Amino acid sequence: MNHDSYSDTYIKSILDEVRTIAMVGASANNVRPSYFVLKYLLSKGYEVWPVNPGQAGKEILGQKVYASLDDLPGTADMIDIFRNSDAAGQIVDQVLAGDRLPKVIWMQLTVRHEDAARQAEDAGIKVVMDRCPKIEYGRLSGEIGWAGVNSRTLSSKRPSLKSGFQHRGLSGNKAD
Amino acid sequence: MSDKIPGFSTLAIHAGAAPDPSTGARTTPIYQTTSFVFDDVDHAASLFGLQAFGNIYTRITNPTTAVLEERVAALEGGTAALAAASGHSAQLLCFHTMMQPGDNIVAANKLYGGSINQLNHSFKNFGWNVKWADPEDISTFEAAIDDRTRAIFIESLANPGGIVVDIEAISAVAKARGIPLVVDNTMATPYLCRPIEHGADIVLHSLTKFMGGHGNSMGGIIVDGGSFDWSANGNYPMLSQPRPEYQGIVLHETFGNFAFAIACRVLGLRDLGPAISPFNSFMILTGIETLPLRMQRHSDNAKKVALHLSGHDKVKWVSYAALPEDKHHALQQKYMPKGAGAVFTFGVEGGYEAGVNLVSKVELFSHLANIGDTRSLIIHPASTTHRQLSDEQKTAAGAGPDVVRLSVGLEEVDDIIADLDQALSS
Repeated sequence: MNHDSYSDTYIKSILDEVRTIAMVGASANNVRPSYFVLKYLLSKGYEVWPVNPGQAGKEILGQKVYASLDDLPGTADMIDIFRNSDAAGQIVDQVLAGDRLPKVIWMQLTVRHEDAARQAEDAGIKVVMDRCPKIEYGRLSGEIGWAGVNSRTLSSKRPSLKSGFQHRGLSGNKAD
Repeated sequence: MSDKIPGFSTLAIHAGAAPDPSTGARTTPIYQTTSFVFDDVDHAASLFGLQAFGNIYTRITNPTTAVLEERVAALEGGTAALAAASGHSAQLLCFHTMMQPGDNIVAANKLYGGSINQLNHSFKNFGWNVKWADPEDISTFEAAIDDRTRAIFIESLANPGGIVVDIEAISAVAKARGIPLVVDNTMATPYLCRPIEHGADIVLHSLTKFMGGHGNSMGGIIVDGGSFDWSANGNYPMLSQPRPEYQGIVLHETFGNFAFAIACRVLGLRDLGPAISPFNSFMILTGIETLPLRMQRHSDNAKKVALHLSGHDKVKWVSYAALPEDKHHALQQKYMPKGAGAVFTFGVEGGYEAGVNLVSKVELFSHLANIGDTRSLIIHPASTTHRQLSDEQKTAAGAGPDVVRLSVGLEEVDDIIADLDQALSS
């Protein structure tokens, strides 16, 4: 897998496939990027399980916070890592040592760990690094263009709408 | 579409513009509305807090204008863009995001005269200083930079002299000093030159000129190249520090490689207010769809006119980079090989009076102060735009008594040449 350049097809297949996301490093601070992403993913219909030992037992945006990946109520389809690259390596080790393997491990913008990615892929897990699922969802749905951002996509098809104003989806997405 | 990157002409027509999902309208609708209804209080809170994508008020975002922004970002190879009411207001918003009182801009002294005025006078009222450098001597940029320099500002193809600037050489100076390079690409357009590919960090346009292309709508734009590290030091607090305007959000951390465009929007456009009209965005979008065709014809026509004038007995000299003997020809071949654009200057035999006579006698050319129209345009700077300067100042500004500037239009080139011939000989 080339982790310097992902195809839109690859990213969309992941966003279509996953329903439950464990977000490691979710912040309760409402101006932190992880809070923005958590709120956005919830609005798009994903079930998000925040993981943050400092907030364990509390709620962020109405979602119960877990102390660690071992405490999750089930197997997450995707682990979204909002930690630095070194911590990401340890988190992947922990995931691979357990018996509840996700379909996807996603590392946020600026987070990369090549060895961890290779080990996860050897275990049959798809990996995305140095990307943000909010930005990717916004790109592929067209929403990000509302902020003047270059979505790098073209389409002559009808954009997918969700209920309410200014709310798009991904065509064929299971979370719709 | 597939994952293949579309070509320039495809982007010029399609980038940013899916069909309208409610009506099926294929052309981008003119969303001529001030405001947008919220789903509920939580949706409103998400929008005001920058947590959701979406529109609140046309002074900040508008769906028609957003298509224009994404279109130009795609054509320039940038990460994002912010449109404004004019090229001048785009410059204001760009530098407002970079500058604190006491900071300075190192700017090329070969710039559009309106930009020189903005930098020399209006910006100084904000405490933003300017230090001038010569784009034909790169060492003057290095020499002008000091520890309060926050931007380097050049034009890719300088107006009016037709000077092609060595973007890569100036970018190397900027990168070595950790300063963003801002390039005004109005005269070249991304069809002829894409400055981000040569190391520019930010690209600006007056959309009023060739991008809109029909002389009917004012507009400007800032394109974020996405490459500059705004958090490397404390020099760009609008991007790197918690912002009280948004409860302590750090824009660079939150918006990554398109943070500059977002900062210009949510800290600049929101509070300073020079929003473009959705109608103007629509007109300019329509113009951009034919940008590749128009710029090629502008350049081809201009080269034929320049070649004709360079052999004309009433013409002393012609300054146009596409002419093989021009001193900027090598740089033109490197940076804009498809053509040198529509605008050039030449000197008439007979000086000031001959210049006045020429602009009086033309019948197809329009005598006015603009460039980048479908129509051919002509101006004699010494008697109009530069009238208030002394003779020495006029000559230094490239507006000596014999100088005439053309913006060659899209008419039949034989008609354009015939009009100049009859006016020069009468």
